[in-house]
Amino acid sequence: MLRPTRQATRAAFRGAAAAAFLAATGLMSAAQAADPAHEAKGGMPQLDFANPLTTAQVVWLAIIFVVLYLLLSRWALPQVGAVLEKRANRIQGDLAAAQSAKASADGAVAELTAATQQAQATAQAEIAAALAAANEAAAGQAATLNARLDKQLAEAEQRIGAARDAAMGALRSVAADTAAAVVTRLVGSAPASGTVEQAVDAALAARRG
Amino acid sequence: MAAEGPTIDALSQFMLTPALGALGHSVNFTQANVFMLAAAALTLGMLYFGARPAAIVPGRLQALAELAYEGIYNMCTDQIGKEGRIFFPFVFTLFFFVLMGNMLGMLPYAFTYTSHIAVTFALAAMVIVLVTVVALRIHGLHFFSYFFPDGAPKLLAPLIVPVEIISYLSRPVSLSIRLFANMVAGHVMLKVFASFVVMMAGAGVIGVFASAAPLALIVVLIGFEFLVALLQAYVFAILTCIYLHDAVHLH
Repeated sequence: MLRPTRQATRAAFRGAAAAAFLAATGLMSAAQAADPAHEAKGGMPQLDFANPLTTAQVVWLAIIFVVLYLLLSRWALPQVGAVLEKRANRIQGDLAAAQSAKASADGAVAELTAATQQAQATAQAEIAAALAAANEAAAGQAATLNARLDKQLAEAEQRIGAARDAAMGALRSVAADTAAAVVTRLVGSAPASGTVEQAVDAALAARRG
Repeated sequence: MAAEGPTIDALSQFMLTPALGALGHSVNFTQANVFMLAAAALTLGMLYFGARPAAIVPGRLQALAELAYEGIYNMCTDQIGKEGRIFFPFVFTLFFFVLMGNMLGMLPYAFTYTSHIAVTFALAAMVIVLVTVVALRIHGLHFFSYFFPDGAPKLLAPLIVPVEIISYLSRPVSLSIRLFANMVAGHVMLKVFASFVVMMAGAGVIGVFASAAPLALIVVLIGFEFLVALLQAYVFAILTCIYLHDAVHLH
């Protein structure tokens, strides 16, 4: 929508300029043809101050310059200045918006970092607590198990001792019987009951010692 | 305005003639003033049509108008200081009045009003009057210390003060003659070499071929003249800024 209007503006501007130029040159050449009075007299026309046109153009220069100055300073230049100011304001506004967006993003990042750190700390604490609890439970279980095992061990040792003692007792009577039988077979008569048992006891004591 | 006969008529292009018919004749409105109006219209049109789209991303004409505005604005603030903002419209008017005059003068059949010493001197006199008024307004009678630099030996005052006064008064002369002489010289040269082309081409078969040399020179000169047109407008404006700086700050 902007493009055709700008082109139209440009075309109109060009047309106006061309028309002004043609009109000016047309009027000029007509005036030149109609005015043969000022032919070259030798010397520069610029220094021909006898010609009233030389000073007249300065009067018109003053008028045109003052009007141009007033139009430029009051009308045309402020328009361009307003466009430039508008752009500067827009850029300033955009920069401020970007600044605030950056600030909020930074805040969000800080918040996120804090939350992450807090979560990590909580998780660490929970892990530590769980580990401690597990360790404690394991230690307790190990202690009870040890106690039970120790008790069973002691019972077992006790049973082994009793069994050995029983076996030992049985061994003594078996040894005495055997020795009495052997003696009876060899000698033909049974030995006195006390002697065989004494001898077995002495032999057992010698083995043990 | 072609050369008439075998003589080279380089000066008739500067001849003033009344424009706009009988009305213009009665008020001595010359073709120079027609071109001044054209220059004013072009300057105003450039700014008006440039500023009208008011786009954030400027088009070509808007970029031109903004470049003109910011270029002259920066020239004022750089040269004069922050007070330069007050003089910005004046320097802008001056620069574009001179630039458009020089540039319009490059069109065929056009009249170059900056080739008239009366015009350039009037502009320069306006600058110097403004500079003096500004200096007197800001510094009062202290302004006259401008003609005697600080720290110079008092004994040399009779020598320094007249020299400084002459230098101050010669400013409008140099300002106006620089522009006037540049424009006249360029246009006379173009006219002379153009006359050579016509004269040589009329002198037979060899002349037709030989006339290529001055023609080539004209092509170069026209490019050069465009440079001079811009440069002289810039020089006029920047010297005005420097004089205004002196007026605002003294030394």
